[in-house]
Amino acid sequence: MLEHMATDSNACGEGDIFTGNVAPILNEIRHALQRLLDEDQTTTIDLRGIPMGPGEEQHLESLLGTGEVTATIDAMGLSTVIETSLAGVWLVVHRNDNDDILGKFIEITRNPTILESQTEDMHSALERLPGILADYS
Amino acid sequence: MTSVEFLQWVRGPGLAIASIIFVFGMTLKVLEIFMLGRKKNLAELRSSGVKEGFRTIITRFGAVDRFTTRRTMFTHITGWVFHVGLFVAIFLLTPHIELFKSFLGFGWPALPTAIVDFVTVITLITLLIILFHRITNPVLRYLSVGEDYVVWVLTFLPMLTGYMAYHHLFFPYTWLLGIHILSVCILMALFPFTKLTHAVTLFFSRWYNGYMGGQKGVKQ
Amino acid sequence: MAYDKTLGELLREQGITRRGFLKFCATTASMMALSPSMVPKIAAALENAKRPSVIWLSFQECTGCTESLTRSHSPTIEKLIFDVISLDHHHTLMAASGYGVDEALHDAMKENYGKYLLLVDGSIPVGNPAYSTISGVSNLDQLTEAAKGAAAIVSIGTCAAFGGIPHANPNPTGAVAVSDIIKDKPIINVSGCPPIPVVITGVLAQFLTFGKLPEMDELGRPKAFFGQNIHDRCYRRPFYERGQFAETFDDEGAKKGWCLFKLGCKGPVTYNACATMKWNEGTSWPVESGHGCLGCSEPNFWDMGGFYNSLSTPTIDIAKTAAAGLAAGAAVGVAAGALNRRKKNKAAREHETVTINDLEKGAKS
Repeated sequence: MLEHMATDSNACGEGDIFTGNVAPILNEIRHALQRLLDEDQTTTIDLRGIPMGPGEEQHLESLLGTGEVTATIDAMGLSTVIETSLAGVWLVVHRNDNDDILGKFIEITRNPTILESQTEDMHSALERLPGILADYS
Repeated sequence: MTSVEFLQWVRGPGLAIASIIFVFGMTLKVLEIFMLGRKKNLAELRSSGVKEGFRTIITRFGAVDRFTTRRTMFTHITGWVFHVGLFVAIFLLTPHIELFKSFLGFGWPALPTAIVDFVTVITLITLLIILFHRITNPVLRYLSVGEDYVVWVLTFLPMLTGYMAYHHLFFPYTWLLGIHILSVCILMALFPFTKLTHAVTLFFSRWYNGYMGGQKGVKQ
Repeated sequence: MAYDKTLGELLREQGITRRGFLKFCATTASMMALSPSMVPKIAAALENAKRPSVIWLSFQECTGCTESLTRSHSPTIEKLIFDVISLDHHHTLMAASGYGVDEALHDAMKENYGKYLLLVDGSIPVGNPAYSTISGVSNLDQLTEAAKGAAAIVSIGTCAAFGGIPHANPNPTGAVAVSDIIKDKPIINVSGCPPIPVVITGVLAQFLTFGKLPEMDELGRPKAFFGQNIHDRCYRRPFYERGQFAETFDDEGAKKGWCLFKLGCKGPVTYNACATMKWNEGTSWPVESGHGCLGCSEPNFWDMGGFYNSLSTPTIDIAKTAAAGLAAGAAVGVAAGALNRRKKNKAAREHETVTINDLEKGAKS
């Protein structure tokens, strides 16, 4: 992502045009983080629904920075879940099998849902365990 | 009729009809005025009067004397404000300049849209004040005929619809733009047959007044 | 074809985990321009959704819409076709050829009568049906027959939605839109030349999720994607406000990314999602690449007075019409002037001098 940004800014340079939408998003994040602390309420922001100029999204991502946690999920294509330098603010990027970006979200949460083990998957895991045990013994 | 069909009509056939009526009507009116002619002046001329004619075009932008100015201050200020406002909105907005450029072949610099927007608001308010004044002032109301109100509406509507179109008020922009252009088409079509002709004839008549005045009197 | 299994069951059978499913729902919500808070609802609806049969008919078209759809990236076309919908008939994409194509069409129509989703791209010639036929069947007949058993119709692209390029002046084939022919079925217009691929799949996903067509605007387009004006969402809008315009495609203004209004951008009267969804996996869109919007998702966009003429200019030759007005005005003006003169002279000639005696006489009688 950082590499991408570097080439982008080289290519565009002065051509980067900012819509001024970064500041409202940062404000929205601020309020959402406050809500998370006060009411334990999570927020998801869909970056696709917001108009961005060339290079602006990268600008936002670089402002948010990269924090302590980076996880990848291999389910119907790779997804990356990154905690930004702001604790509680996560950047979730979903990709398909061709590595095309399907969606980009900012989640303000203690723990992105997609990282948690899912009940249905745990049920099927429980169904599979006896087989594994049988093979083992 | 969809919004697109409507817009297409006003930008095409509608505008064509309006501009034909406008040019036809104005040519007719001006020719009629000039062909009336004047009686030959048999007196010795003080001067040719041509210079005085041009001077009067300029001097009549102000009032004749201080007393009149004070008495008609309201009319002077509101009149100036909305006429300048109309000029700015019509001639200094980029989309309008593009329109003139399309048939004149040349353009001129525009004002930033935000300034034109502000001027439009001032103009709209001033026009409303003028209407209020016309209705509430007993003398003005007595002097007013139906045409005066028609002319007010014809002037007000393009400004209002233009403002609404720019701010996307109440209706989708395509409708608003179509309505705005239609309001201008109606203005153009009725222009030659109402008092609005003063926008052109005022220059002739002022010049003529100065010309006549310049010829009169004794040579020094 | 397994039409009776729910989507949840189908996905689980294919070994897709709940996590993968949630991811699919999140991107689907984003695709449908729905709030992320809707994801749990979408997940519940999709879990129980039945895989619908989809029949795609192509009439007077250029296959650009199919090209666009096959470049849809979320979900991938393979996922869309094989997991989510059952695309039973599509000339370009199906493996069958010859009579097999017609058979597949009739089988699908019979098996799913009243339930299938009918997708149409291209306009229908009604001037002379022979302009476009498939296996000797006119487009008009094929559409009316297929529409009978359809649950709903999706007009893909401006040709099917509004007539498009075939409909452009002088419209030699008498091309019309689907909605001009079919009046008794719900029709949704996914216009654009071509439509944004994500918008096509987004509408299908919406139908799949909620079992009905989404909310539409006055032109029958889904509001979620066509509710926003290009001009309003354009990142170049601030330049419009400031009065900074590119005058040519290679001047300083163009290089600085100023507003393209003067170069004929139709953004102000165009409703589409290009400014936010963008094209090619969100890489860019026409205005970002330096070209004004053509207004391709609007009816009659081909006849809007030229792609490179600004929106505020007339679509007619105003100088010519003005000249006509001038000539007529001059002729009538001279005649009227002459008449007025004659009237004046006549009045002067017939003027009788009145003496004081005449007046006194008048007063007495």
